[in-house]
Amino acid sequence: MAVNRNFRTCPSTGLVYHEPAEKLIRWNAVAGVVSLLVGGVLALLVTLTRWPAVKLLPPDWFYLALTAHGLDMLVFWIIFFEIAVLYFAASTLLKCRLATPKVAWAAFWLMIVGAIMNNIAVFKGDSSVMFTSYVPMGAHPLFYLGLILFAVGALVAVFVFFGTLVVGKAEKTYNGSVPLVTFGAITAAIIATFTIAAGAIILIPTFLWSVGLVSHIDSLMYRTVWWGFGHSSQQINVAAHVSVWYAIAAIVFGAKPMSEKVSRTAFVLYILFLQLASAHHLLADPGLTSNWKIFNTSYAMYLAVLASMVHGLTVPGAIEVAQREKGFNKGFFEWLRKAPWGNPCFSGMFISLVGFGFLGGISGVMMGTEQLNLIIHNTIYVPGHFHATVVVGTTLAFMALTYFLIPTLFRRELMFPGMAKWQPYVYGLGMSAFSVFMMGAGTLGVPRRHWDMAFSGAAMPHEFPGTAYLMMGLMAVSGLAAIVGGAMYLAVTVGSVFLGKKIQTPGFAHVPVRKGMAPPPVWGPAAVAPSGGHGTIGLGGFVAPGTFVLAMVFLVSFILYYFVNWKYLSTVWPLS
Amino acid sequence: MSQDPAQTGPAGNDGDDDVYDEPIPMMQSLIDNPFLLLFLGVAMPTVLYIVWGVMEIVGIPIAK
Repeated sequence: MAVNRNFRTCPSTGLVYHEPAEKLIRWNAVAGVVSLLVGGVLALLVTLTRWPAVKLLPPDWFYLALTAHGLDMLVFWIIFFEIAVLYFAASTLLKCRLATPKVAWAAFWLMIVGAIMNNIAVFKGDSSVMFTSYVPMGAHPLFYLGLILFAVGALVAVFVFFGTLVVGKAEKTYNGSVPLVTFGAITAAIIATFTIAAGAIILIPTFLWSVGLVSHIDSLMYRTVWWGFGHSSQQINVAAHVSVWYAIAAIVFGAKPMSEKVSRTAFVLYILFLQLASAHHLLADPGLTSNWKIFNTSYAMYLAVLASMVHGLTVPGAIEVAQREKGFNKGFFEWLRKAPWGNPCFSGMFISLVGFGFLGGISGVMMGTEQLNLIIHNTIYVPGHFHATVVVGTTLAFMALTYFLIPTLFRRELMFPGMAKWQPYVYGLGMSAFSVFMMGAGTLGVPRRHWDMAFSGAAMPHEFPGTAYLMMGLMAVSGLAAIVGGAMYLAVTVGSVFLGKKIQTPGFAHVPVRKGMAPPPVWGPAAVAPSGGHGTIGLGGFVAPGTFVLAMVFLVSFILYYFVNWKYLSTVWPLS
Repeated sequence: MSQDPAQTGPAGNDGDDDVYDEPIPMMQSLIDNPFLLLFLGVAMPTVLYIVWGVMEIVGIPIAK
């Protein structure tokens, strides 16, 4: 069988693209962006319906839109883009050919068919079971079959990624350990394998139940195994977007990790413990013991949380060291003030990092505490938390990476550069405010998912304080700002990819794989530490004092918020 | 755009042959094996989350 060994070297970045891998990265990224477009339109409808003053959609349409929004955003957009990231991290960063491109294409089309099938089932109107699709609520068999086909396709793509690692090692396209960004992608792929397996274990019998071949699915069993899929799929995102942070720090600043060993160890902690957090969703369920709940929601006694804090410290720390070595060495924050805030690749990544840590991370640990979870369980606080992690954290990081990929991968100049410059601010700040107001409303008890927070017309309607309505209104306004930011991203990316000026690659030639190997890297000036350490940069013996200050601010915020919630718990459930 | 992300760190793609004359530390050789990590990353949550959780659910007495 003929093997395509054609490579292209990007003249501006030096990245080496294997031709079939390049096509697959592009098509997976485009499929992801199309899902984002559909999910974004649905986001507008959902937001305008949950705005008490507007209530745009009738209930049946609201639940349909919410179901499709959840699946298109949380599953299809994210996983398509993650497959693109996996192929990039394996084939391009290891400078090797993609293993079995035909199988990778089969996986891609399987994912496309699955995503379309699932969307058809939802838009037909008889599968408004929301993202979680809890039994005994039943959806159309196509709903489950679509998800299963998509999951199988994604699993095959993950194995193509692992196969590519084997090819790179066998053909010696790299020496020693894989680069850190690829190691992060390996972490994401491992979590994806468990995630998809858990999905298969529960969705296949549920599909058989939907066609009448299985008589009963136990609801607690379903919830327990399903969350192994539902929550872990969001942990793939964490590993993937942390890898993207490291990549962007290297791309924009030439930054190298403060400690490779520490960063790799943090990824290993993700591999071992991150997926256990699925138990967050079952903290109010009877039948499972506190031992199981506490052990699992602790991310195995907070080791995976420690790993996130390590990444949150080392990525800005690496940027700070690189900036100080370039001469931005005054005071605590000159390195940050003089960062390229007009470069959407950097600003998107930095807002993603701060938003993920301060909003998503702190709220995640709080709600993962069994007792505190009672305050906010099944309230709109929960989507507030995951919009901070998955949207501000993952989606914004992926958007930031796109601004780097358009010229190097799609070979097009960026259209609307002014709009691109502002997009991460409009989207990131809008979505951060959206998450904060959701969490505020959730703390006041506003339920998630429900079409009408007041339960009007019900036998026992509920009176919320005026503040809750104010929070929901502010949430909607911030959500609209974020939707505008999403539309700006789509305008820039779709416009650039289809209408942007083509970048010609001078001297483009197909080369065999051995010659396609890039020469050994030459460290750029910013990446080279002066002999004897970091020289005279930093303050008071710290090479990254600004990052240390930011980390202290984070820790104080974390501790205050955590204990304020214990105090709040004591007031909502008095024991006297 | 100042650096290729493939070059993030001395461990990846370093062309200096002298570095590879040193023995590879055991932990590094373990971490460099993606299939060992794959096994651990699937086995840990399968045992601690799914198997343990399912065993607890199966152990719930059935109502009479």
